[in-house]
Amino acid sequence: MRTLTPFSILAPTTLQDSFQHIEEHGWNAALYAGGTELLLTMRSGLASFPYLIDIKKIPQFDEISFNKDEGMLTIGAGATHRSIETSPLVLEQLPLLAEVESMVANIRVRTVGTIGGNLCFADPHSDPATLFMAWAGTTFELVSSAGVRQIAPDEFFVDLFTTARAENELMSKIHLPILGKRMGGAYKKFVTLERPTANVAAFLGLANGKIDSARIAVGSVGPIPVRAIDAEGTLLGGFPDEKLFERAAETAAEATDPVDDVYGSKEYKKQIVRVLTRRALKQAATRADRSQ
Amino acid sequence: MNTMKINLIVNGQSRSVEAPPGKTLLYLLRDDLDLLGTKDGCREGECGACTVLLDGEPVNACLVLAGQVDGREVVTIEGLSQNGHLHPLQRHFVEAGAVQCGFCTPGLIMSSAALLEQNPQPTEEQIRHALVGNLCRCTGYTKVFEAVQHAAEEVDRD
Repeated sequence: MRTLTPFSILAPTTLQDSFQHIEEHGWNAALYAGGTELLLTMRSGLASFPYLIDIKKIPQFDEISFNKDEGMLTIGAGATHRSIETSPLVLEQLPLLAEVESMVANIRVRTVGTIGGNLCFADPHSDPATLFMAWAGTTFELVSSAGVRQIAPDEFFVDLFTTARAENELMSKIHLPILGKRMGGAYKKFVTLERPTANVAAFLGLANGKIDSARIAVGSVGPIPVRAIDAEGTLLGGFPDEKLFERAAETAAEATDPVDDVYGSKEYKKQIVRVLTRRALKQAATRADRSQ
Repeated sequence: MNTMKINLIVNGQSRSVEAPPGKTLLYLLRDDLDLLGTKDGCREGECGACTVLLDGEPVNACLVLAGQVDGREVVTIEGLSQNGHLHPLQRHFVEAGAVQCGFCTPGLIMSSAALLEQNPQPTEEQIRHALVGNLCRCTGYTKVFEAVQHAAEEVDRD
């Protein structure tokens, strides 16, 4: 198809105008940020909308800021992956986020695609969704004419391409706490096609040489990223060594229920998850140990 | 079908086109502006054959709507040579034999041009990273990396 099904583009320049368009058109309008996923869906005929609401002109929608007192980095939902990856503020405060953003798709997609668009589209093969699922204290900010609400990633992601965002809401910000002392995080993914076959994010905290906090999320193998709660449990109170990581990785892999698809069989994905989890834990522990 | 007037700068020249907002930059370039160097590959942002520079940044022309380029600057493969002289990247692709069927070449060169603009002395690792998603199905990438490295050395000397 050379052109998409005809539509009109609305380009509000204030948040208030955006709400007005959203309320007037409801699900007949799609919020349009980078368009790297939306346009594919429209071109393949899976969705069509009479209106696209281009939300890139809303002021401060792509702003990245850091609140030192709260130790909180805030990313505007309209920030592109590329702008996050190269932001001096992100590189200084949350280098792990810059690292993960630099791994999204390829540079051309990162130049156009936005973090908010990625999360709201809820493609099961998302890099940042898996990262944020594991990142304790992360919240997404949703705004509507009725007000503002904060939602945690585990409540936000509901199912394949489905989130808790209501028809009249748009995502405005992502709030991320910086990592404390003796905390480390890591992200590992395996890719053969454009999107990850499997990805794992892990965070470890150390106290007196033992693990005192652990968060693991596994993504891309099912409809939404999920926490590997049992695997986290096996780590708590233990010494951060290879043997323990292998056991936790085994538990994480066993707990996943991958789908058989073009990315690989169920057994294959479980094996990949096991390996990625072990590697992520090892790196998270090394980073925690270095973070004084 | 509703159309809109789009004013943009393409390869240094002001152009004005009437197009529906749902048309992509790829077809705006190929159909309306007759610039056929930008290739129509996967149409899904995965092959990189349609890479152009939008305000200096590499993008997939197949994923950018025409309506988004109003007032902006686009550089395509046709805009790289100057006064009849090939851009160093183009010359080194030829010299290194980094071309087989040629379909992916404009995209590879535009991605490389964006890289050298931002990082004139890239390491091989940085070249590989910048070219992720520029797919070549004929041959391999070794000659391509070589060509980019040679071009970088030349550009850096100038």
